[in-house]
Amino acid sequence: MAPPNGVNGAHDDVDDIDYSDIEAKYKVQYDEGLDNILVIDGVPVIDKSKLEKLLAKISKEFGRKGAPLKPEDMFLPWDDKTGKSKGFIFATFKTAEDAAYAMAAMNGHPFDAKHTFRINRFTDIEKYATMDEDWVEPEPEPYKPKEHLRAWLGDPQGRDQYATYRGDEVAVHWHGKPSQCEIAHERNGWTDLYVSWSPLGTYFATLHRQGVRLWGGPSWEAQQRFAHPFVKLIDFSPNENYLITWSNDAIHVPEGAQQGPQYFSPEDEGNNIAVWDIKTGNLLRTFPSSMPEGEDGVKRQMQWPAMKWSADDAFVGRVTTGQHISVYELPSMRLHDKKSIKIEGVVDFEWCPLGDKDREDIEKAVQAGKKPKENLLAYWTPEVANQPARVTVINFPTRSILRQKNLFNVTECKLYWQNQGDFLCVKVDRHTKTKKSIFCNLEIFRVREKDFPVEVVELKDAVTEFSWEPKGERFAIISSSDPNLGNPGPGVTIKTDVSFYQLVRGKGDFKQLRSLPGRTSNTIRWSPKGRHVVLGTVGSTSKSELEFWDLDFSIDEKREGTTQEWGSGIQHLGTADHYALTDAEWDPSGRYIATSASAWRHTIENGYAIWDFRGQELEKHILDRFKQFLWRPRPRTLLTKEQQRQIRRNLKEYSRQFEEEDAAEESNISAELIAHRKRLIDEWNAWRLKLKEELAEERRKQGKKEPEVEEPKQEEKEEIEVWVDEVIEQIEEEVVE
Amino acid sequence: MRPILLQGHERSLTQIKFNREGDLLFSCSKDHVINVWFTDNGERLGTYDGHNGTVWTIDVDSTSRYLISGSADNTMRLWSVETGKCLYRWEFPTAVKRVAFSEDDQQVVCITEQRMGHQGAVRVFDISREGDGTNQSKEPASFFHPTGSKAVVCAFAHTPGLILTGHESGKVALFDAKTGEEVNNNERAHMDVITDLQLSPDRSYFITSSRDKTARLHDTRTLMVLKTYTTETPLNSAAIAPGKPYVLLGGGQDAMSVTTTSLRQGKFETRFWHKVFEEEVGRVKGHFGPVNTIAVSPKGDCYASGGEDGFVRVHHFDESYFRAKPYGDLEIIE
Repeated sequence: MAPPNGVNGAHDDVDDIDYSDIEAKYKVQYDEGLDNILVIDGVPVIDKSKLEKLLAKISKEFGRKGAPLKPEDMFLPWDDKTGKSKGFIFATFKTAEDAAYAMAAMNGHPFDAKHTFRINRFTDIEKYATMDEDWVEPEPEPYKPKEHLRAWLGDPQGRDQYATYRGDEVAVHWHGKPSQCEIAHERNGWTDLYVSWSPLGTYFATLHRQGVRLWGGPSWEAQQRFAHPFVKLIDFSPNENYLITWSNDAIHVPEGAQQGPQYFSPEDEGNNIAVWDIKTGNLLRTFPSSMPEGEDGVKRQMQWPAMKWSADDAFVGRVTTGQHISVYELPSMRLHDKKSIKIEGVVDFEWCPLGDKDREDIEKAVQAGKKPKENLLAYWTPEVANQPARVTVINFPTRSILRQKNLFNVTECKLYWQNQGDFLCVKVDRHTKTKKSIFCNLEIFRVREKDFPVEVVELKDAVTEFSWEPKGERFAIISSSDPNLGNPGPGVTIKTDVSFYQLVRGKGDFKQLRSLPGRTSNTIRWSPKGRHVVLGTVGSTSKSELEFWDLDFSIDEKREGTTQEWGSGIQHLGTADHYALTDAEWDPSGRYIATSASAWRHTIENGYAIWDFRGQELEKHILDRFKQFLWRPRPRTLLTKEQQRQIRRNLKEYSRQFEEEDAAEESNISAELIAHRKRLIDEWNAWRLKLKEELAEERRKQGKKEPEVEEPKQEEKEEIEVWVDEVIEQIEEEVVE
Repeated sequence: MRPILLQGHERSLTQIKFNREGDLLFSCSKDHVINVWFTDNGERLGTYDGHNGTVWTIDVDSTSRYLISGSADNTMRLWSVETGKCLYRWEFPTAVKRVAFSEDDQQVVCITEQRMGHQGAVRVFDISREGDGTNQSKEPASFFHPTGSKAVVCAFAHTPGLILTGHESGKVALFDAKTGEEVNNNERAHMDVITDLQLSPDRSYFITSSRDKTARLHDTRTLMVLKTYTTETPLNSAAIAPGKPYVLLGGGQDAMSVTTTSLRQGKFETRFWHKVFEEEVGRVKGHFGPVNTIAVSPKGDCYASGGEDGFVRVHHFDESYFRAKPYGDLEIIE
């Protein structure tokens, strides 16, 4: 520190000067250099002969997890007395970051049956050794209650919510009586792509370049994030436990990317599909996306959802066209039974949904400690060589075949489960021998009955749309024999027929209730509560009709028990028109239906409208750049069957109360409106009076006379003579000379 | 309200005007012809022939003696309403886009197009009412170039000596007629081209329509926006109905894209809006092209609309229009 003696005539008494403050200030901060050293506990105790083998093994284990460690970088201390190792290792890594990653990856790693690695930083060991032995009670962190994610259900007016996405603005609205329609939350640029609700309405998902974010609670705080860059599609599991995301860009983990259970690791590179746990935000597994290849080798559009969830969130299945269905268990995401279900030629499958009763049974079974009923799964295989096409229903996880049905001349099958899992309809598009025309069979499996009896409804035309009534025994189909079917073009409106079918109790077959010929409808929207149905012409530029139907219309109260004439309950409630609509969606209560015209499809009259179930327009907003309308789903009711019955019995009392509220609302609104108008007029009149005075003043100053006020004088009668030429008769006379 | 269809033009209408009594209707069109009609029965009284280009604009004085017109043949002409004779013609380097009489009929203001290196200009001419009217001064009483965005519509304001202009950028401004000085302006009155400007009977407020899909009511002196009427289609014209608290708006899809749009999505209707409440009251259908111009009779008993389709439709209001009080007994000062 002191300069060499004699330089610049330095003094000899230099040592007397106190440099300690400067020394302290400029003291070189030595890198401790020990951050890259880890202490690995839980290593088997060995003798010297096995040293090399052990180190090699450990090195391999580390390498497999992406934390390379060479045997020469490890040091094994020995107990000189016994001649054996002490059971731990000092491992030196290149950098502190490598060490940190290795620690994260290998801590708790099972080395073999008896030994599990416990890893600490070398610097930490010292810290722990010199730790204060006296226990100091840690300051308890103040409890921060989490917001209730289902708070919106506690709305005193029982209103539903819906989300709209317009331009860059995302808003969540309350939908209620006119005075109660307000915006619950609004944000500009909330999403980069689109928005989505989770199936029970708990979370609100937004898509960004970086990944997916979930929001919820009354203050719309961020709840979870999933870092999947350039995510394009998402799919929630039915019980909101898991999320599947898909991006067209294969996963790429750049050098130095964040690592951890919530992030992609190098193993995931090249994949497109990721499965996440919603509560923890952890990545469970990734998959490459499979593009099924068509017959001519051209890649067909990817199916979405790419993976299908069983109704209880316990399994997720994925079909590899023509080969097998792979079912993965949750939450481990391991292949169930370590093997896929091999099915030659399989095209598609569907899980059976759970009905209300099934859920009760499962609860009961769980309480009783019994095993609940197994999941059902239906799949179909096309005709190959001499094999007929086949629809199969199997149990899962036992994988036993419950029912199989052979089909012939099949072009395409689609599987439709009724939402309670009572029926399975297989819509079979069949071709005639010449393969020139297509007709359709509906094979309906009655799943609740023994041996799954199958009923066939044969139709002459192609069926373009099929829809089960939720919780019901009816379905609606749209069929068409239009020659333009299959080659849509601009200005082409396809003529369709709509038919309703109902199960004949006791007989077990489905009979037509009513047919509505000569429509243009191409969309069926059942109310989520059943009974009401809306038929719409969607996505057409020339037609945009909405028809509202009630299938249980009756004036007398006692519907059950009395036998009614077949199909007499069907009543047309109304017709409406929403020009150029692209979507229609019922609210979760089945009272309202919203239609929207999205700017994603076209740019004419974008916006949305809300109708009641009778087809009365309640609201209509024409908004430029309107993109998306989504009702917030509701979870299943918590009321028991008994409670629901009670409510239905006392419906009159409730409705009286509601009617009173409605009346109050109405008078309130009109009073408000009248007051508002009065205010506007008063303002206007005041302004006009003042202006008139001032103008008159100005004119007087300019020495002009008042503008002539035209007196509504008695108009002088003006006689207008009108000549009217009228040809009464035309006679042609030939004059012969 | 059964309309009278006036079929006298072969091309799209550009402007229509009622005279002060409302018994005559003048219409001009891209087919170079100006027509005059009896409002009562739709009979054509005569034509004013002579222009060699699209007649963009017309105005009639308060005594129905003179008619002034501006055309794409770069002339402005003065006509005798009664005889149909051309009394005088002024020539300009570019097309005349808008003409208007002053309140006292002593002056005429006109806008000429900005084109071929010529700046857009506003000129004011004194009109001599002596003799047969053929003796007019060739030189304008005043002449100026509005700076900035070009002016497309104009009119005399509440006091003579002030000229109200509407501009391509959506600006409205007040100019001193003598000096050409900009007295007042509202740069952000509209977001797009102003397509029409019509004054209230006492010229104390006015309505503008714009391609930004709105029409607005302004105070003439302060140029403050009083009311805004937002529609979902570009607007070509807006008028104030005397006697009733309504304004009439007309428009539709661009003339260019009309052939590719159906009647339904074109929105070629005349819309009635409540002047004070800013609510739409009703619509009148009929045209099968965009409505280019709307005029309401100064008596308030009928209105006419001229469309891109070449037709003028004259609507005489029904008795119920005058009787009906859809908003109760609230009195609104005009």
